[in-house]
Amino acid sequence: MLSYIIRRLLGIIPLLLGITIISFSIIHLAPGKPTTIQQALNPKVSLEVRERLDKLYGLDKPLYVQYINWLGRLVKLDLGRSFGDDRLVVDKILERIPITLVINLLSLFFIFIIAVPLGVKSALKPNQAFDKYVTIFVFLGFAMPTFWLALLLMNLFGIQLAWLPISGIKSLDFEYFNIWGKIGDLSRHLILPVIVSSIGGLAGISRYMRSSMIEALAQPYIYTARAKGLPEKSVVYKHAFRNAILPIVTILGLSIPGLLGGSVIFESIFAIPGIGRLFYEAVMMRDYPLIMAEVVLGAVLTMFGNLIADIAYAYVDPRIGYKNEK
Amino acid sequence: MRNKLLFTGLIIILFFSIIAILAPLISPYNPSEIDADSLLVPPSPRHLLGTDSLGRDILSRMIYGARISLSIGFIAVGIALAIGLVLGALAGFYGGLIDALIMRFVDIMLCFPTFFLILAVVAILEPSIFNIMVIIGLTSWMGTARLVRAEILSLKEREFIQAEIAIGASDFRIITRHLIPNALGPVLVSAILGIAGAILLESGLSFLGLGVQPPTASWGNILIEAKSTLGVAWWITIFPGLAILITILGFNLIAEGLKEKLG
Repeated sequence: MLSYIIRRLLGIIPLLLGITIISFSIIHLAPGKPTTIQQALNPKVSLEVRERLDKLYGLDKPLYVQYINWLGRLVKLDLGRSFGDDRLVVDKILERIPITLVINLLSLFFIFIIAVPLGVKSALKPNQAFDKYVTIFVFLGFAMPTFWLALLLMNLFGIQLAWLPISGIKSLDFEYFNIWGKIGDLSRHLILPVIVSSIGGLAGISRYMRSSMIEALAQPYIYTARAKGLPEKSVVYKHAFRNAILPIVTILGLSIPGLLGGSVIFESIFAIPGIGRLFYEAVMMRDYPLIMAEVVLGAVLTMFGNLIADIAYAYVDPRIGYKNEK
Repeated sequence: MRNKLLFTGLIIILFFSIIAILAPLISPYNPSEIDADSLLVPPSPRHLLGTDSLGRDILSRMIYGARISLSIGFIAVGIALAIGLVLGALAGFYGGLIDALIMRFVDIMLCFPTFFLILAVVAILEPSIFNIMVIIGLTSWMGTARLVRAEILSLKEREFIQAEIAIGASDFRIITRHLIPNALGPVLVSAILGIAGAILLESGLSFLGLGVQPPTASWGNILIEAKSTLGVAWWITIFPGLAILITILGFNLIAEGLKEKLG
């Protein structure tokens, strides 16, 4: 197990290099220097800013030297300053990360506790009424544009019924609430964003759980369990379920890039000050240092998400680590 | 039952495709025509699906939007398919170092949240229809590459391929005549899901104002106005969103039906 973890950790080095090379290439995609485009798009950018940029990216040097310098600064978390307000990019990102993490973790939590029972229940009686309703829900969930769902929910719960706030994460009088009032206020603001960001995963994971469970129920050890007269409950939950749920751990890890990408959309719609909205603002303002930092951050978060999922999978299913050992 | 899925999906997509092709003939108004006398008109006999805040006819914009949204879906997937087929086939057929390099590249690309990558590129290049197609294509080929590689790895061991190798057929011939055609089934399913994904991506980008730029209509950018007119003009929100939902549903139904058909 330990050697498996160590090997996986070593495996992220080439991945990290690749991620930084691709991120670095993106800014060199544009015809001409990134600084000239910056100037053309935004005449307000002064010569001084441009020179500072040239220095930041070392644009007078050969590409590989620029890359190595950039990588060196990246390792020290020196990501430069934002074009918008001249603040350190690191600070801007750090203050925006918590709310995005909270929403995404809440979404993962709800996806997990709702989708798994749905999938299991569908798998126990495939093609019967309940399974059919779930299937319809799954197809709608897959086809639903998240921003459209957000608009519909905002209209229904925010405007027509006026039950829930539709913008930001706290009310104007937030500071006057006691601790429970604050938590309540925050939760009310988060209900719609969390629903919107969970819907795709909900559909996907319940579908996956269903097929995983159907597959597990067809295994020979299930026949054995039934043949030796175990109660159905124990066959389903102790034998089939425990095996069927294992791959879901990996799938949850794989859904991280989708959640992060989705956060750009729902954070923009609900005006939530997280890294998704920060990214959107950065793109609108052509704030290159911030854009680069966010792209690298998104990729690195995804990579660690996958790594954690893989290690967790090896932990719950020791066969994985063992297989890789050979 | 499954053929019913396939059939329903095909009908839906055929319907929207015909609308897209015949757009100039069936569109009641010019989609960019501004009419100051009919701003935010609800659905009525004159404007079947209402008008937006500039008085443009929503139905006409949706009909022309179908052209843009569908063609972006098809072309982006065409690009992704081409890259995925070539890289997947090379990796699966040659194995070894080539395989290792290509698959590492796939792993790296999969680390990037697609939407982040697309937004970053859009920020640098201008968001035009052409750029959107290419960018979506360049960022969504990885699944196809993995799939093609896996199919080819298992096909390579089969007798008919071994026989081709034994009689000295060229690599190119084996790959293009035997391996790729036999791997096409699952690839087709994933490509159809890919079209749905590309249309969703485009609509999201356009909704954020970073995709297809007005006055050109796409289903996503008609919805830009939806947020500011929420609770005032429901027709702007409902109809374009439904069009996206039903189209995506159509592609997903086709994919599901094909999957069952192919076994």
